[in-house]
Amino acid sequence: MHIAEGFLPPAHAIGWTVAAAPFVVHGARCVVKEVREHPEATLLLGAAGAFTFVLSAIKLPSVTGSSSHPTGTGLGAVLFRPPVMALLGTIVLLFQALLLAHGGLTTLGANAFSMAIVGPWVGYGAYRLVTRLGGGLLPAVFAAMALSDLSTYVTTALQLAWAHPDATSGFLGAAAKFLGVFAVTQIPLALAEGLLGVLLFRVLTVNARPELERLGVLRPETGEPASTGAGELR
Amino acid sequence: MTRRHLVTALLVLGIVVLFVVPLVLHAGSSDFAGTDSQATELIEESDPGYTPWFSSVFSPGSSEVESGLFALQAALGGGVLGYALGRLRSRRTTPAAPPAQSGTEAPRP
Repeated sequence: MHIAEGFLPPAHAIGWTVAAAPFVVHGARCVVKEVREHPEATLLLGAAGAFTFVLSAIKLPSVTGSSSHPTGTGLGAVLFRPPVMALLGTIVLLFQALLLAHGGLTTLGANAFSMAIVGPWVGYGAYRLVTRLGGGLLPAVFAAMALSDLSTYVTTALQLAWAHPDATSGFLGAAAKFLGVFAVTQIPLALAEGLLGVLLFRVLTVNARPELERLGVLRPETGEPASTGAGELR
Repeated sequence: MTRRHLVTALLVLGIVVLFVVPLVLHAGSSDFAGTDSQATELIEESDPGYTPWFSSVFSPGSSEVESGLFALQAALGGGVLGYALGRLRSRRTTPAAPPAQSGTEAPRP
């Protein structure tokens, strides 16, 4: 989903950077606050960041005959709420822009906006919606992971269509073309990412129960009234 | 095999199927180019007058170096993720001494 270095006109590059910056700054403050108030959450925070780091390095083949990578931002959005991912996702994008020539510094704002802001928020929204509708934790996680991935790519396509409208069919024509490249390729990958997220969450619900209860992802077990308090203390 | 193991196996199978189906569908006929470079080609096609106004500060010298750096990224992420999951798991399987210790640290400002 990276917009290549230099492929956004200066006005767009600056505009997206200005749009993304407050989210990233707010995200950084959320990360610092979380680590300071709940040092034990650092492990899980590291896991969320690392998950995005791994997934965005893996290019997978898709049914369209092209390949693309998952984003992994849904996990952190569900665990720590979306602002945290604004920072973690941007760090991943910065690494790729500086060392891999994927994405770029001038397009960092636009890429951060799609992968580190829109993706996590859409994923979190899907997670809240599914749990509100009584769908249960794992279906909600599946929806969060799959839709944070897909919405990132839809956003990238729209950003490119805005910057490079088609000569004859304008924005809509360009949007259809870029969505054809990004969104269609991404559908099976988003499903795979959803399944992977469910797999990971099943591990976390067993091994990180106190943290998940404190973060409000899991309800404290009714059999142990003390567990909320213990979760707070830890 | 318990129900839990069965669900895990089915999830892994689902991921593998989603990975293998494209390879089978396009066996020999596709190079699986990255969507990033396809988008760049689209821009050059539909907006031929546009010239990129900034280039990467560093580009990997060859595709070998690039795939090595990608492997490094995956290894770093996988290492940290594995470490965190391992720590969480060992905390659960060992007696409750470590949590009690960290509990005394928590109220510190």
